[in-house]
Amino acid sequence: MDVQLLTFIIVGATFALYIAIAIWARAGSTNDFYVAGGGVPPVLNGMATAADWMSAASFISMAGLISFMGYDGAVYLMGWTGGYVLLALCLAPYLRKFGKFTVPDFIGDRYYSQTARTVAVFCAIFVCFTYVAGQMRGVGVVFSRFLEVDIVTGVVIGMVIVFFYTVLGGMKGITYTQVAQFCVMIFAYIVPAVFISIMVTGHILPQTGFGATLADGSGMHLLQKLDNLSVELGFHEYTSGSKSTIDMFFITFALMVGTAGLPHVIVRFFTVPKVHDARKSAGYALAFIAILYTTAPSLAAFARVNMIETINGPELTGTSYAEAPSWIKNWEQTGLIEFTDKNGDGVMFYSGDERNEMKVDRDIMVLANPEIANLPAWVIALVAAGGVAAALSTSAGLLLVISTSVSHDLLKRNFMPNITDKSELFFARLAAGVAIVIAGYFGINPPGFVAQVVAFAFGLAASSFFPAIIMGIFSKRMNDKGAISGMIAGIAFTAAYIIYFKFINPAANVPENWWFGISPEGIGTLGMMVNFLVAFLVFKSTDEAPEEIQELVESIRYPKGAGEASAH
Amino acid sequence: MAFRNDDDKKAYWKENLSLLAKLLFVWFVVSFGAGIIFVDALDTIHFFGFKLGFWFAQQGSIYVFVALIFVYMSKMKAMDKRYGVNEE
Repeated sequence: MDVQLLTFIIVGATFALYIAIAIWARAGSTNDFYVAGGGVPPVLNGMATAADWMSAASFISMAGLISFMGYDGAVYLMGWTGGYVLLALCLAPYLRKFGKFTVPDFIGDRYYSQTARTVAVFCAIFVCFTYVAGQMRGVGVVFSRFLEVDIVTGVVIGMVIVFFYTVLGGMKGITYTQVAQFCVMIFAYIVPAVFISIMVTGHILPQTGFGATLADGSGMHLLQKLDNLSVELGFHEYTSGSKSTIDMFFITFALMVGTAGLPHVIVRFFTVPKVHDARKSAGYALAFIAILYTTAPSLAAFARVNMIETINGPELTGTSYAEAPSWIKNWEQTGLIEFTDKNGDGVMFYSGDERNEMKVDRDIMVLANPEIANLPAWVIALVAAGGVAAALSTSAGLLLVISTSVSHDLLKRNFMPNITDKSELFFARLAAGVAIVIAGYFGINPPGFVAQVVAFAFGLAASSFFPAIIMGIFSKRMNDKGAISGMIAGIAFTAAYIIYFKFINPAANVPENWWFGISPEGIGTLGMMVNFLVAFLVFKSTDEAPEEIQELVESIRYPKGAGEASAH
Repeated sequence: MAFRNDDDKKAYWKENLSLLAKLLFVWFVVSFGAGIIFVDALDTIHFFGFKLGFWFAQQGSIYVFVALIFVYMSKMKAMDKRYGVNEE
């Protein structure tokens, strides 16, 4: 059977599964719609959180990025996992005990202020839209390459599926679909990695194959070979970095803190029955995420060696373009691989210096990997299904946060306090529907800056939500004025730095011009410090939080008495 | 009130914070310490075919993160019980 037919069958089967789950788990109340009735078992919540968190970027792009960055890629590996430690230790259990539906709910109630709530709502909506546009794009790329439909049709198919189960099932439908999507996605990631690991090093586990000797009998370690190849071809050594230590530090920290401050991740911990379950499900979530995140760097290294050897040949003299393997031709059609025959000899050559004749987009490494390694057609189809699962699960989680922010935080808590549960549910569904259409529009017509705004989303979460929540839990006396001015100062500082280097004066975006050598990707860390500092100074010169708020904070610090998440 | 007395409440929170401090210290050492700040020094040591600093940055820190959360979970469970603030 050919690849395309197999892809249709496998992707089609997973879609049928998601829809069946959505019908089985449809929501009957706002409680179901916002927090799945608060009754999700921790292991399943862990899987759902993992699927929610691992987006098209984790699945499709991350290994490719690491493949091209080498050691520096560790900022993503540590940054996107280390945040879970902060989440499990410093946020999730207390927010679960607090027992509300959303992050703006916590900020608004803890700081007894509608202004704080509104600032938080707009941050949440902005962060989520930034993300979701990228996800829809991911669906489009997978569809257009593997099903050979155009990107618009691909995005529309993705929108219809997400619309169906988000609008029908809310958090409950999403949670159970995400469990299925997690299984599809992890299986799709591991299978090709194991195949390739066995081929390259003879190890079944990619995690140990990564450090093993090559199976070609040379007795050389994979990483040693990669270092040699990189240096010979004019790249920097694979296992050493090119970023400065301070920049590595700040980027990693910003990604960790940003992860812990992202509303669609935090909200997952409102869905479990108990405080203890919130801690437990953060542990399971990270364990499930770690399966993919420890495989990714191995995959990156295997892919790099395979790609270089396929293009440059075993003797590193280049290979004939006329006899190029089919994956090169396939991806050339999408414009993600280009060959410019500079010296006119009809031979392809890939390097990091002036001899280079190839342009290879980093995003194709995971998707093209099974083809590069000549794996069977069903593995390629599986990877396509996994990529779609990753994009859909994250989009659904983000869309839910947007719809909750609108129907619950804006309508119910601000404009229409007397709204009935039934009409609130109607508005939640309506908001989800509208959000999907807007997200789809950005997926089809991506603003040129999608890649840049990702740094923005993390910086924003790191410099606004994270400090406000931490102070709300760990300081009883922190007041509304301190928190609000902290959030505004943190966001304003971070946004100004990023906007200056990314949009106003991109030419100046070089290490010499950065403050303390910190790139825009890492500035969220400094923004977080600004937030803490401003909040502290304002707090010192104003009255501390009222008595009843201090009692509220004390009551979220121990588990006993955690009821269901509720609106009241 | 869930605690037996005010002293218990203070002691519980203090114990929680000191556990947090210990675990976050480990969190910092394996990632920012071994993976970033001291990476060059550790890279001179070889570990199952990896340079040690590189291994911490791309593999080891993630395993430690997972372990930290499970340690926290079980310690807190015992502590909640000891102070009588666990959930039924």
